[in-house]
Amino acid sequence: MATVEHTGVVDEHAATSTGLPHLKLAMWLFLASDCLLFGALISTYVLYRGASVEPPYPADVFDIPYTSVSSFVLLASSLTMVLALAAIQRGDVGRSRIWLLATALLGMTFLGGQVYEFTTFVEEGLTLKTSVFGTSFYVLTGFHGTHVAVGVLMLLTLFALSFGGRITQRNALTVELVGLYWHFVDIVWIVIFTVVYLIPTGNPPGAS
Amino acid sequence: MADTRVDEPQSEEPIAPAHVGRHPGPKEYIRIAIILAVITGFEVAVYYIEGAQDYLIPILFFFSFVKFSLVVLWFMHLKFDSRTYARFFVMGLAGAITLFLIVLLIFQVFSS
Repeated sequence: MATVEHTGVVDEHAATSTGLPHLKLAMWLFLASDCLLFGALISTYVLYRGASVEPPYPADVFDIPYTSVSSFVLLASSLTMVLALAAIQRGDVGRSRIWLLATALLGMTFLGGQVYEFTTFVEEGLTLKTSVFGTSFYVLTGFHGTHVAVGVLMLLTLFALSFGGRITQRNALTVELVGLYWHFVDIVWIVIFTVVYLIPTGNPPGAS
Repeated sequence: MADTRVDEPQSEEPIAPAHVGRHPGPKEYIRIAIILAVITGFEVAVYYIEGAQDYLIPILFFFSFVKFSLVVLWFMHLKFDSRTYARFFVMGLAGAITLFLIVLLIFQVFSS
């Protein structure tokens, strides 16, 4: 049941048993469980990244300036996402639509960068089956990329729905939920960028 | 029965539902984004500074922690929303960190 504030803003979730919207609680619970997924994948990567007996090793393939630009792109997408939410919360559907599209485009730019990076690594001899470093790297970053792709689909869906009048100030929670997911993808990348790319891995003994 | 409602001045600011605290405005979001970009710039710079190599890992973890916290607290609104959400998230985060430490301890990554 919806409750209507004296201002006319409808809160469709105030009547839940917790006083909190169940969808938002569910999203936070999902994000908590996703932390465990990425915790396992990052642990596996840290365990195996220096265990390869055959090149290429991490230092041979990583291009820090290139990945740094990807990081900036994803950080920028988090800004456009919150701007989309702020706009819909004040009832500015048009501006929210623009920021949602900008977020989706930045997400696609990040994905394009990841596809290019993977292609380059494969050309340099690092495949999913080359070594334990390759396997753990592709599985970790691939899962993250899949999350980004799902996020882009959700953003484009919101963008399309906004034209049919289904994204309004009244259901700003929908935008907020997609935003939570998007920011989660961003914080996972913050950890991946540090642990995978910036923290150096010494090559195994005997390797050049 | 008399209408006892009192007309209140209309505000252009959005009125948040009861379960939501005051979310920051666009200016604050942009300020946070600039801080995040600057920290990322520092991270990359530190990576290339020869003299910082001895302290590279703690410095990078510190920067990463600050960025992570800024996004979670401001962009995901945990600083402003109900603490129940924070409890949910911290529960998952604590589980992930515990898992990470257990795996690395079992395989003696720290001793190698």
